Amino acid sequence: MSNTICQTIKKSTFFWQFNLRTRTLAAIAGAFVILTAIAAAGILIDPASYAPQFQQKNLAPSLTHPFGTDWMGRDMFIRTVKGLSTSLWIGLLAATVSSVIAVIMGVAAATMGRRTDSFILWLVDLIQGIPHLILLMLISFVLGKGMFGVWMGVALTHWPILARVIRAEVLAVRNSQYVLAARKLGSSRWKIAVKHIMPHVVPQYIVGLILLFPHAILHEASITFLGFGLLPREPAVGIILSESMRYLTAGMWWLTVLPGASLLMMVLLFDQIGENLRTLMNPSSAQE
Amino acid sequence: MHLAAYIGRTLIRGVGLLVAVVLVTFVLVQASPIDPMEAYVTAENPVSQEQRDAIAAYWGLNDPPLERLEKWVSALAHGDMGTSMYYRQPVTEVIRVHFMNSLMLMAVAWILSGFFGFVLGVVAAAYQHTRVDKFIKVYCLLIASAPTFWIGLLILMVFAVWLGWFPLALGTPIGKEAAAVTLGDRLYHLVLPALTLSVTGISQIALHTRQKLIDVLNSDYAVFAAARGETKWQIVYHHGLRNILLPAVTLQFGSISELFGGSVLAETVFSYTGLGYVAVVAGTKLDLPLLLGIALCSGFFVFVGNLTANLLYPLIDPQIREGMTHE
Repeated sequence: MSNTICQTIKKSTFFWQFNLRTRTLAAIAGAFVILTAIAAAGILIDPASYAPQFQQKNLAPSLTHPFGTDWMGRDMFIRTVKGLSTSLWIGLLAATVSSVIAVIMGVAAATMGRRTDSFILWLVDLIQGIPHLILLMLISFVLGKGMFGVWMGVALTHWPILARVIRAEVLAVRNSQYVLAARKLGSSRWKIAVKHIMPHVVPQYIVGLILLFPHAILHEASITFLGFGLLPREPAVGIILSESMRYLTAGMWWLTVLPGASLLMMVLLFDQIGENLRTLMNPSSAQE
Repeated sequence: MHLAAYIGRTLIRGVGLLVAVVLVTFVLVQASPIDPMEAYVTAENPVSQEQRDAIAAYWGLNDPPLERLEKWVSALAHGDMGTSMYYRQPVTEVIRVHFMNSLMLMAVAWILSGFFGFVLGVVAAAYQHTRVDKFIKVYCLLIASAPTFWIGLLILMVFAVWLGWFPLALGTPIGKEAAAVTLGDRLYHLVLPALTLSVTGISQIALHTRQKLIDVLNSDYAVFAAARGETKWQIVYHHGLRNILLPAVTLQFGSISELFGGSVLAETVFSYTGLGYVAVVAGTKLDLPLLLGIALCSGFFVFVGNLTANLLYPLIDPQIREGMTHE
């Protein structure tokens, strides 16, 4: 009897949630599809399509060239998409590596005793004690310019914030009533870790990972813009923008405005996915 | 007494961090594959092998790394950071000259972004769910997601190229002797980079302040104050500001690290000869002493920011002050 009541209540709440939930899910899916399309396009694009064509230099945006062409007659739209795709892949790789470091550090700090904890916190302070960009410049420079240097630099500098979040989460859960109760009831450490701690940490991790992407992408673009990142022959948004600086006075606004705006769009899409996922996964805001 | 111990602990931690910063920077530069000799001797002015050896000996490039580090540290203890390879001047001198430019830029941007960010956050929270709030939120989200250097380029394009109100580049007028540069000239060249940094620095503090103030306005005591007949702005003034000021101050001091990174980008966009600009030059020329000096300087700068925030807590928040004396 009570079981059926329970079920009807459950059903009705689920139904009531349905619309908003679907809408949020649709937003996530939409953003995801666009990003996948950019990533795939970058691989599929034929380098010949953005090769210099000197008979059509310095064209303003038109239907055939949505973003115009530069002083070498390269189609800026295709170059931008290619650059976005490069940024996306670097961001993906760097953020993933960084988040794995963060999980290892965060969990180790929370579980392996006081000394490890204070050492890791000290490490976090150290990395945050040097301005990010200067550290990034140093690392990517030491590892040689180019893609490898950039993603290593981004991966090695972005874990502290997420590591702190995960450490705090694990610490809070570890000392919570139900974990203490489970321990008293004789559950094994492994079972407690999988059943009680993981469900709390995993959502935090996923959201943290997705919110790392925008940072990774923006830092990649900045470091490339300063000349420490990708090489000038590689199409990257940072390169495009640093080249466009020389043509600002010539009134070629499209070289600056449009590639930058598309980078902004991409970052916003990632933000959207992250924030929507956070809303969905957090039980206290899932019904809003 | 407790305050002294607290300050002492923070200082010791800070010094430890600075030492680690120096070590990390040194190891990184040592491991770099770029040969400083190749970076210095360009193809345009070829030099003989003997000259190369002489330069290498002059710079101490042949000494083992440990010895170089030792030399550098012992000189540092005497207040000497060595000589910049690129500028051919003492590092302290290079940093001093350019640091003043950067400091001016960052101070202006820091104060402006802190003030306007706070005000915008308060306004957004007070008018929650209205168009004003939405506008501020969207603005902050957009700015936070946009690359700083792109914002700088846009500002440069609009105000320097199209409108022609401000100079295109550099920290001082071209072709003017250093002695003849007036404060007005400097300020005139400072406007655009400072504007860039302020515009981009606002979003974080505004969003943070907004959230905190909304929490306060939804609290029981704020509702009770409304029931007593206080107006919205009275509630904000009496109950809100004191509660949200501390996190805002913390955040603003904590953002100094980011401000430094932002100023590197802004200075590069506007060719404003500050410390960030020099850092990029030092990095591309592999000027080891200069780069170490700048890393140390930036680390020190961030540390001072955090320390100031820590020391301000007891002044602003009576709870912390009480906690200290009863510890």
